[in-house]
This record gives sequence, structure tokens and C-alpha cells, in this order.
Amino acid sequence: MAVLEITDVKKTYRSPTGERQTIIDIPKFAMEEKAHVALEGRSGSGKTTFLNLIAGILKADTGQLLVEGTDIQSLSEPSRDLFRAKTIGYVHQTFNLLQGYTALENVELGMMFGRGLDKEYAVDLLGRVGLGDRIHYYPGQLSVGQQQRVAVARAMANHPKLVLADEPTGNLDPHHTHEALSLIRGICREQGTALLLVSHDDEVLQEFENRQSLADINLAGQEASTA
Amino acid sequence: MSGISGSSTLSGIFLMVRRSLRQHALSTAITMFSIALASGLVMSVFSINDQTRAAFTGGEVGFDAVLGARGSQLQLVLNTVYHLETSPGNIPYEMYATIKDNPRVKLAIPYALGDNYQGFRIVGSTEDLFNEFEYQKGKKFEFQKGGRAFDTARREAVIGSFVAQKTGLGLGDKFNAYHGLIYDPNMRHEEEYVVVGVLKPTNTPSDRVIWIPIEGIYRMTGHVLRGTGEQYTAEAGKEIPDEHKEVSAVMLKFKGPQDGMLMDQTINKQGKVATLAWPIGRVMMDLFNKIGWVTRVLTLVSYLVVLVAAASILASLYNTINERRRDFAILRSLGARRRTIFSAIILESSIIALMGSLLGFVVYAIILGVTTLVIRSQTGVVLDIFSPHPILILAPIGMTVVGAISGIFPAIKAYTTDIASNLTPIS
Ligand SMILES: Nc1ncnc2c1ncn2[C@@H]1O[C@H](COP(=O)(O)OP(=O)(O)O)[C@@H](O)[C@H]1O
Ligand SMILES: [Mg+2]
Repeated sequence: MAVLEITDVKKTYRSPTGERQTIIDIPKFAMEEKAHVALEGRSGSGKTTFLNLIAGILKADTGQLLVEGTDIQSLSEPSRDLFRAKTIGYVHQTFNLLQGYTALENVELGMMFGRGLDKEYAVDLLGRVGLGDRIHYYPGQLSVGQQQRVAVARAMANHPKLVLADEPTGNLDPHHTHEALSLIRGICREQGTALLLVSHDDEVLQEFENRQSLADINLAGQEASTA
Repeated sequence: MSGISGSSTLSGIFLMVRRSLRQHALSTAITMFSIALASGLVMSVFSINDQTRAAFTGGEVGFDAVLGARGSQLQLVLNTVYHLETSPGNIPYEMYATIKDNPRVKLAIPYALGDNYQGFRIVGSTEDLFNEFEYQKGKKFEFQKGGRAFDTARREAVIGSFVAQKTGLGLGDKFNAYHGLIYDPNMRHEEEYVVVGVLKPTNTPSDRVIWIPIEGIYRMTGHVLRGTGEQYTAEAGKEIPDEHKEVSAVMLKFKGPQDGMLMDQTINKQGKVATLAWPIGRVMMDLFNKIGWVTRVLTLVSYLVVLVAAASILASLYNTINERRRDFAILRSLGARRRTIFSAIILESSIIALMGSLLGFVVYAIILGVTTLVIRSQTGVVLDIFSPHPILILAPIGMTVVGAISGIFPAIKAYTTDIASNLTPIS
């Protein structure tokens, strides 16, 4: 079964000047279980919007988004929140760690609203991303690379079926970029989790066998580029 | 599974609340303090009101009624039982002699007032006060070590414990009486009295009184007796004829419950020369009903303080919501539902209110402690600070509910947090 199946999804924004702008218009996109896919797209092409649609953080105007066979668009908001927590891990571009909470608490909060707290596993995850000695550090006390690893650990907290990564290495130097990608991919492979990564960075994209361009699947992007 | 995840959500909420309280420690502390004031004030107003009412209207005073000059029963009671206010005037000694022998009367003790020492009232009375009178059921005045009752033929005095404490007078000390109920150094009487007894504390108004033989009042230089309507001045060594004598009041204890009613009938309804203040508790109740508006104003004020405290919870929480929007969005993206965020804010405001109202017990203890001291020094009546009152449970509960309600508005604001726009990369 496909972990992700997208049919005819459209998303428009109202621009500041008032007219409707189509950002996403994807007739077909699918990902197999355990697949690792990198989507290339330049800045402003709708990468974050696309991932937010898959995560159910944004609602599409039309179309169908099946995650693990569930149409997330048709779920009520509370069910969608729970479904997201249990099924999808999300590594945001800016990590979006909770500043007032320790690394461990960040991971634990991910569990609390999802499959339930498993303290041992939280500690284990932080150990696996190399932060075993920093579990009680606050994000402000960690380097950017370490913060990114907390975000990865948190994304894995609920044994997700699909991890979304939004330019996860955007804030890292080239050396750490490679390291971070190996870490994410390694941990996803270990868990049998599918990974959808979006980036504008060629360095990053080179690491993936399965690369696609957002512009190729997104009609809205093609229009914008031909215009 | 859902059970586990339910309790897990709860621990998530508790973690959020704990962090928020810590992150906003200063505003939390200030808000809690205002809650403590409000809760302490409410508890104090209710408790003091009921306690003073109980102490002044229901408490035993040892007498059933007071006989005195025609006039206000309240003034009579305040003047004799509580040793406050001025005397409404005197009645002839004959009335005391008559009522003393009335078969309905168990005990009659005359009071003659008009002098003070350093503001403490000097009351002329008889030995019955020490031999017969029970200020509470089964409790007679007791002397501190070495003390005894006064000898009615001598210039001797027995003083209350509060008088001894405040004036420093002790056994064997001599003092002069001063004319009037308010201390004026120019109004000194020549006669010197010696303290022969100091009473043990009774926690009643009697603690603030200096007792001397009633004859002493009659013979005080400058005192004029008008028992017959004509002026009479006592002379040393010469007996004062009873018809010239006066008393300020006669303190009465009746034999049976109906006797008061019958005496009330005879003296107040049919008679025209004297007033019988009876029953004393009812007279004081009238006073409390008259000044009931004071309580109502105080209650209103304390409710207003509660309102201000509630507003301060609302304002301080509401202000934090904007800076916490990103946190809410992250938590939402981690799976926290809108109503989870909502509950966390309500729980936070309730906890602030609950802790504030626990702190309110400190405020309550201080207010009640001070009030008790003041009432004691002004009236001799001692309130029981630790006596339980339903408000001591109702106020903290009520305050917590008010806190929860105050959290609704900020919680709605947090509830409406949009995930996507608040997750937008800041880079
Ligand atoms: N809430 C919004 N309202 C209007 N336009 C938006 C909104 N969010 C994003 N956009 C627009 O949508 C386009 C795609 O944004 P985004 O998905 O963040 O791109 P990317 O992640 O690829 O840089 C941009 O042109 C952006 O200006
Ligand atoms: Mg983006």
C-alpha cells in the first residue's frame, strides 16, 4: 500500500492585493512505503505549503490526500490532530523546538499528544541522535546542529509511518548537512519509515536516489515559471 | 490505548502549565498576591461579621437584663455590660432595693458609674459581684495570686486583668479616681484607693473594669447625690440615708425563663420611671441589624476586590498568549488539540487562583489577628480566630472557580491559534 497518495489537490492563497493565487495544483503524486523521496523546489515554490497539506496543518481547496489510506481532509480537526501525531513526523525548517522545554521534554511532548508517553524510548531516541548526554539541555543551550537532531528525535517519537522534512539542513554548514541527512535517513530506514524531504539545495538532493522536482508535479509552479 | 493516551495528554497539559507558571513567575506571583488579598478579605469580612455577631449577641454575659433610667435599652446595655458609651442617667437606690427582693429575681447587682482611671472605668458595686455572680455558667470571678474582694467599708479596689496589664497597677498599689468616663488629669478625686485584688482574665468586658465598693462612689469628693431630687453630699463618718442614694443600673438575673417577660411587661409597658433592657442578646442584635449596612458595604468592597483580582488574572494571562502563539502552534502540530490548549490555559488560571487563595489564609490570619486585638482592647470581648466558618472552604473554592472563568477569555484566544501561520519560518 502507498503511504501517500495525492489526487487533484489544489491550494490557493489570497494575495495581499486580494486576488487568488494558486500555489499548489498537483494532479498526482504518490509515495511507496519506506520510500525516501527528495523534492526539489526553489524558494517560494510552495514546498512548505505542500508538506503542511500532507500533514493536515493546512486544508486543501479541493482534491484528496490519502495518508496510509486515510483521507485526512475528511477527518474532523481533532481527529486530524491525533492522526497527524500518530502517523506523521515533521522536521520543520526552523526546527520549531519549544524553547521553554528541555530536549527530552520536547520529545516527550511529541509522545504525550500522540501514542502516549514512553520515557525510555524518548531517552533512547535522543541517544540515537547523539544527544544522550544533553537530554536535559534547553534548545538555547544547544548548537544549531544539535537542535536539528532534537527535532529529528521528536519527529520519530510516535513511530510515524511518514516523516516530512522541510529543508531540514537549511541552517547547517555543508559538513553537518551530510551528517544530518545520514542521521535522518538512517533512523528512518531503521524504523521502516517513509521520508519526504523538500529542499532547494543541490547538495542535499544529490544524496537521494529518488529525486523529483516540485515544478514537474505541480501545475501551479509550471504556470508561474512560464508566466 | 485511548486510556493511556488520555492520561498522557493530561500529563502534557500539566507540563505546559508548570512551564508557563515558571516562565511567567513574576506576573504569576503578582496575580497570586492579588487573589490572596481578595480571598483573605472575603473570608475576613464574612468570618468577622459572624464572629462579632455571635460574640456580642449570643455569648453569655452572666446577666439576663439590665434595669436603668428610662431611655434606650441599647445604651443601657452598652454602658453596663460592655462598659462603652455614656450612662443614660441614674435611678434611685430604692429601685435596686425593691427589685432585689422581687421573688422573680435571683440576683441583682447595682452599678454606680462616673469615674475612671487612665480611661478605665471605675464601677461601684457590691461584694455579690465576687460571691454570687457567674460571668459564664459555673464560672465566678477568680483572683490572681494574693488577691481578694474589696472590703466595702474601705477604699479598696479590684481590677480586671487587662487594666492591670495596661496601667501597671498591681497588688498594694495606690491610685486616685478621676471624674468622668474619659480621662482628664484635671479631674482628680482626692481619695486614694488601694488595689487588693487582680482578677484572672475572663475574656469578657469585665477585664477592662476597676471595681470599688459602691459606697466609695457616693463618698467621692465632688460627687453629689440626687436620689430624692434634692442635692445631697455625703459626709465622712456619717451614714448616707438610702433615699439619697442613686445607682446607674441594676444588673439582673431572673429565676425562670418567663420572669423576664413578666418584668418586661411591668417595667417597660406599664411603668414609666425605668427601662428594663431584656433580653440582652436581642438588644445587641438590634444594634447589629442597625449597622448591617456596614457589613453590606464591606462585603461589596470585598467582592469588588475579587473582581479586580479576576481581571488581573485575565489581563496577565491574556498578555502571555501572543508570545506563546508559536508554542501553541508547535504543540498543535505535535498533535495537541485545540481543546487541549484551551484546557491548559483554564487549568493555569485555576491553579493561580487556587494557590492565591491558599495564600489568602495568611492574609486572613493577619486581618483577623489585628481585628481580634482591636476588638479585645476596645471591648474586652475575645473572638476565636480559629473557629471554623463555612466561608473558609467556600472562598477558596469560589475563588478557584472565578479563576477558571477568568481564564476563559485568554483560553479562547489560545484556542484560535492557527498552526500554519504561527509555524511560518522566522528565518
Ligand atoms: N498564508 C499565506 N497567505 C498568502 N500567501 C502565502 C501564505 N503562505 C505562503 N504564501 C505564498 O505561497 C508561496 C509558497 O510559500 P511556501 O510554501 O512557504 O514556499 P517554500 O516553502 O517553497 O519557500 C509563496 O509565494 C508565499 O508567499
Ligand atoms: Mg519553506
